Amino acid sequence: MLKYKLIDHTADIGIDIFGDTMPQLFSNAAFAMFDIIADLSTVEKKDTRIIAVDGIDKEQLLVNWLSELLYLHEIKNMLFKEFYINDMNDIQLKATIHGELLDEKRHVIKTAIKAVTYHNLTIIQENDHWRARVIFDL
Amino acid sequence: MNERNYKIQKIDDYRWRIPREGKMRVAGIVYADESMMKEIQKDESLQQVINVAYLPGIVGHSLGMPDIHWGYGFPIGGVAAFDMEEGVVSPGGVGYDINCGVRLLSTGLCRMEISGKLESIVDSLFVNIPSGVGSHRKDLKLSQQEVKNVLKNGAQWAVSHGYGSKEDLEHIEEKGCIFGADPELVSSRAIERGLAQLGTLGSGNHFVEVGYVSEIFDEEIARTLGLEKDGITIVVHTGSRGLGYQVCDDFIKVMIRASGKYNIELPDRQLCCAPLNSPEGRDYLAAMACAANYAFANRQMITHWVRESFERALHVGPKESRISPVYDVCHNIAKFEDHLVNGQKKRLCVHRKGATRAFPPNHPDTPAAYKAVGQPVLIPGDMGRCSYVLVGTEKAYSDTFGSTCHGAGRVMSRNQATKMAKGRSIAQELKEKGILVRADSRATLEEELPEAYKDVTEVVDIVQHAGISKKVAQLKPLCVIKG
Repeated sequence: MLKYKLIDHTADIGIDIFGDTMPQLFSNAAFAMFDIIADLSTVEKKDTRIIAVDGIDKEQLLVNWLSELLYLHEIKNMLFKEFYINDMNDIQLKATIHGELLDEKRHVIKTAIKAVTYHNLTIIQENDHWRARVIFDL
Repeated sequence: MNERNYKIQKIDDYRWRIPREGKMRVAGIVYADESMMKEIQKDESLQQVINVAYLPGIVGHSLGMPDIHWGYGFPIGGVAAFDMEEGVVSPGGVGYDINCGVRLLSTGLCRMEISGKLESIVDSLFVNIPSGVGSHRKDLKLSQQEVKNVLKNGAQWAVSHGYGSKEDLEHIEEKGCIFGADPELVSSRAIERGLAQLGTLGSGNHFVEVGYVSEIFDEEIARTLGLEKDGITIVVHTGSRGLGYQVCDDFIKVMIRASGKYNIELPDRQLCCAPLNSPEGRDYLAAMACAANYAFANRQMITHWVRESFERALHVGPKESRISPVYDVCHNIAKFEDHLVNGQKKRLCVHRKGATRAFPPNHPDTPAAYKAVGQPVLIPGDMGRCSYVLVGTEKAYSDTFGSTCHGAGRVMSRNQATKMAKGRSIAQELKEKGILVRADSRATLEEELPEAYKDVTEVVDIVQHAGISKKVAQLKPLCVIKG
């Protein structure tokens, strides 16, 4: 199943994300973001972290989840490639994430994402599938 | 993207009205010509002009400048002013890159003098000014307390720490420091992001460009601004880096709660806001001022390294290079200003999201040196074409809350641009046109392909014809460093 697809946005970048379940949708959203940021084929699973995020509803939870990962990328210099949602509801989640420290010799950064926006943000369930739309500020 | 049918009325050759309907509190006005207006309707930017018109306390019109394009929340190229009692402030009306802006430097050098030395100038700039994703300066270690001083004092902090001179400050919007900054309202995470990135350019559309004055439209004003034909100029485009993004992010969370608390109905969550006279609104403005000051300090420090780079590359001293700021403008900001509303002077909070202040001659905030000609407006174009210097006008002051366009505006998504650039060497193409480029990433160069932007000349001609700015000079690029 397709994890995500890019949508054309004039100034920034948007993605439609797909999942069979909410946890899968959230995991695929994180994958999509790092797939835009870097070439993940060269990223190894050397580092494992457990993170917890909350929000006032599932939409904000998605923004906060991606923003937290973006922060770890930008400030802790991390690249992640696998994301397991251990436990979640509409307002909080716990996840185990795998990746490694950015190594400029091996890794290729493709795009810098400034922020995860709320513009046109949607999470919907249709025919037993979930889909979400997120626009990033580049 | 689905094309929509907007109800648009032509006002004149350069203005279009989106009539007030539904929950709009005011009408929208977009500055564009007929062919541009056709393009504009293809994305969601007009819906965003409409959405902004829903916000409480909006005064006059929800405005779109000719470089308008689809943003998040406000359109990019959006201007809206809010009443102090009933109005709101919205972080989405300022953007993540708070006080992203442009600084123009003039020099005592002319095109002939540096023609054989461009290679060493561009290399020197590229080495001295860190650029690219997550770029940071290894030689600059600031304590948390020192960063707070940056947030409070902006470019003044930079000058007092040896980056440039006091005279530089006279040539910066707000003299490089927005009043009311309170570093205690900036989160530790924002400061953490700011610590490492001060003095860096960043990535995407940020750049330092060396160029020359290729055409002068108004001799007298150009002379007042210190610009002459074939004179070398430098344009710096950057903002508040991760610190600004984090301030915006933090306050969007606050504003989502506040919008509920104050019963503000939102057409788009990104437009979340709070009344100007609420604690949430005041706190945001005080934190926003911090990020704006960080950006002023950033451009001031980069100016210092531009000076050093030129002196090293050309083996000249400051007296020969004479690099000094013409002006420095914000294009993502919310500010308190006095404007005439129905003939009465009123204090308003003007949001400019991808728009530039364009104050007229003799306005108190127009710098002393430019009182007679108006505040300089700096409009960069894409890497391959040109940029413009304009000045603000009375008409801008009366019609657009003293605002004008900010750049060329994208017409192509980054994705489309990358596809378009496939199999081409953008650096080589530019070199053949006489423009040297150094970029941290090849991807950036492709995304920033000249064709990905509107022709800035068309944008600038519209603000000139509409009378909201006056063209002074055109600048053509010689070399560019990109993130």
